[in-house]
Amino acid sequence: MIDWGPLILTAKLALVTTIILLAISIPLAYWLAFSKSRMKPIVETLVSMPLVLPPTVLGFYLLMAFSPGNSFGAWLQDWFGIRLIFSFSGLVIGSMMYSLPFMVNPIQSGLAGLPNSLAEASYVLGKSKMKTLFSVLLPNIKPSLLTGVVLAFAHTIGEFGVVLMIGGNIPEKTKVVSIAIYDEVEALNYTQANTYSIILFIIAFMVLLSVYMINGGYLKKFWK
Amino acid sequence: MIKAHIYKTLRSAAGKMELDIELNIQKGQFVTLYGPSGAGKTSTLRIIAGLLTPDKGQISVGDTTWFDKEQKINSPTQQRKIGYVFQDYALFPNMSVRKNLEYALEKKQDKNIIDELISIVELEELQNRKPETLSGGQQQRVALARALVRQPEVLLLDEPLSALDINMRSKLQDYILKVHKAYHLTTILVSHDIGEIIKMSDMIYDLKDGRIQKVGEPMSIFTNNQLSGKFQFVGDVIAISKQDVFYIVTVLIGQSVVKVVAQEKEIVNLKIGDKVIVASKAFNPVLQKIEK
Repeated sequence: MIDWGPLILTAKLALVTTIILLAISIPLAYWLAFSKSRMKPIVETLVSMPLVLPPTVLGFYLLMAFSPGNSFGAWLQDWFGIRLIFSFSGLVIGSMMYSLPFMVNPIQSGLAGLPNSLAEASYVLGKSKMKTLFSVLLPNIKPSLLTGVVLAFAHTIGEFGVVLMIGGNIPEKTKVVSIAIYDEVEALNYTQANTYSIILFIIAFMVLLSVYMINGGYLKKFWK
Repeated sequence: MIKAHIYKTLRSAAGKMELDIELNIQKGQFVTLYGPSGAGKTSTLRIIAGLLTPDKGQISVGDTTWFDKEQKINSPTQQRKIGYVFQDYALFPNMSVRKNLEYALEKKQDKNIIDELISIVELEELQNRKPETLSGGQQQRVALARALVRQPEVLLLDEPLSALDINMRSKLQDYILKVHKAYHLTTILVSHDIGEIIKMSDMIYDLKDGRIQKVGEPMSIFTNNQLSGKFQFVGDVIAISKQDVFYIVTVLIGQSVVKVVAQEKEIVNLKIGDKVIVASKAFNPVLQKIEK
């Protein structure tokens, strides 16, 4: 019988990460899409860094920063009683950074792709920027939002390096599926590893298939 | 009603341009900004709407100042009570026709205005449809109605009819004139179409390279010699052909094709596509009602 713990933990991690990430990415993507600030290229680069950096680099620096032996980690522990290494909250923060570009980039290009006159028409009708964002802009980029959500979710399920660096391998706390597979292979339990792998394979396939179907317009009728 | 003196350096594909425009528009007037593309017509409209900030100058409407560089007044677009119709209509694709209008309602505003406007622009049948399922002319009517929900005193129209065919244009011109009169609006239209301008406006500002070339009534702007014609129409030259010693110029006026006999010296400067005025001075035109 397989241990469902890692699967449930992975699903929980991906869900929490995606929800918080969505809330953070909407204002960030809005700023990136419309700002004319000189800082913009730098912020864009930072957002996209996880696409090219090995996850171990990110994990290593997070480990350093969060470690109670370090001033920032010590401050977190002393003031808030939070310890981010080898804990679920640490994993969530790591995953959010790691999956950030997958959420921000689709939303940003969706917003930038809307005609300017749409937002302007709303301002001329006396509506604030906030009202315009939520009533006019976001409802018209639903496919981009969905792409961001699905990709961030899927990417979090598939992460390994960051989790291993800052989370370790604690059952029920930080042992997600990708770690569990590695663990089973190390212990020569190929059947177990295979079960986990097939489940991940199927999930990844379904998730990406749904993104391509949405972007290809096959599911358009459900979004109108 | 609207007094504006605005300066702005505009950067476009063609290079830098200094916009320097002075407008003085009376309440209830229908004014057209006319001129070649890149003359600064749309920019002027956007500056009045607050979508573009001028480098210096003042804009005041009625008793309120919307912009004054020296006094550091620049009221945001949201607070300027205007109706604005965009060239691409800018209807919200996620809302039905009715929802597009309702979105424009202010807090605590009487909702009856929605039904009133829907009936003025005759959209009753289409009010639950999404904008993308409507024709260009229908979308334009929605955009016009939506611009009027807040009951603005000023209506700004940015080439609202340029994407429509002649038949539709003429109908929409009538709708625009109808609301202009019904709601006592002061309207500024950006347009290229001389026929449309003559039909609709009281006053024309002729712009070129960011400056006003001429201001005046339509007829005095578009005709060089003062014709005291008994009747006159504006049309496009669609053909010029030689017939023995004179020429026949075929002119499209609205949807009717008219042939006019011309002397050689009259057609020297004329080519296909030119706008012309067809006028008669000596004879009284005959009117005959068309029975339907």
